[in-house]
Amino acid sequence: MVAGRELTSRLIMGTGGASSLDVLERALVASGTELTTVAMRRVRPGSGTGVLDLLRRLGIAVLPNTAGCHTAAEALLTAQLAREATGTSLVKLEVVADERTLLPDPVELVDAARALVADGFEVMAYTNDDPVLARRLENLGAAAVMPLGSPIGTGLGIANPHNIEMIVARAGVPVVLDAGIGTASDAALAMELGCDAVLLASAVTRAVDPEAMAVAMRHAVLGGRLAARAGRIPKRFWAHASSPAPDPRC
Amino acid sequence: MEFTVNGDQVRMPGTPDVYALLAHLELPDEGVAVAVEGVVRPKTQWGEPVPEYSRIDVLTAVQGG
Repeated sequence: MVAGRELTSRLIMGTGGASSLDVLERALVASGTELTTVAMRRVRPGSGTGVLDLLRRLGIAVLPNTAGCHTAAEALLTAQLAREATGTSLVKLEVVADERTLLPDPVELVDAARALVADGFEVMAYTNDDPVLARRLENLGAAAVMPLGSPIGTGLGIANPHNIEMIVARAGVPVVLDAGIGTASDAALAMELGCDAVLLASAVTRAVDPEAMAVAMRHAVLGGRLAARAGRIPKRFWAHASSPAPDPRC
Repeated sequence: MEFTVNGDQVRMPGTPDVYALLAHLELPDEGVAVAVEGVVRPKTQWGEPVPEYSRIDVLTAVQGG
């Protein structure tokens, strides 16, 4: 459940990085996603609104992002334009500090979250893997907090699993692991750590076979969720036999 | 009249509104949003004339994120 919307899939796909709309369509369908991100950019003559048309045809809800914004003011304007263009008040708030790391700027992010919530947006906040910042965003009214596993597009997986667990442990809103996923085991780990969902794009769209990787991610998210609910065994230092003790030697 | 639309200089006769500007530039009027001087112009106000020399941005959703 995100911002009053019930989703059956816990995999949120991004549309970025796909080599064509055809490749994107096959990956989206294979992933089973029901919510997917789009960015806002200037329209050029003849470029049309292809990705929106595709998502409408597939029945996938749109999650506009504020990618490319560096200040709260830029993020607010971009979100307002996205609301006008797509008709949704749901927004993935993304305010990055610089282009090399693409890490969120915490100060601008907090200011932006406050402004967007006040303007009636349902804010899914892309944030650092910082439990303090995540809590602050929730207290400001974020509908979901979305800590990064590692920087956008790196595919390095979850650099600080303990921080993700701490965010999950105190969150009163959904936690979505967003950014850094490289392969299926990363997505499974995010779910095993207790995240409610995973948001990824490049790991699928830039895979050698995007459609096959989308299937892998769908299963990984499901498997990780099931494992989290099943309760893993505690880690032990020494071996612990699963077979009965050996019979006495004759 | 002269405007800057998405960074390009545009000349049009008369006192165009947003609809006329989009049509002149062969841009879609669905699935897009418009800002005039950095302020969102809601679609309900697209029928109002756009002041000359305005900086206009027309955005749409693209692959991303």
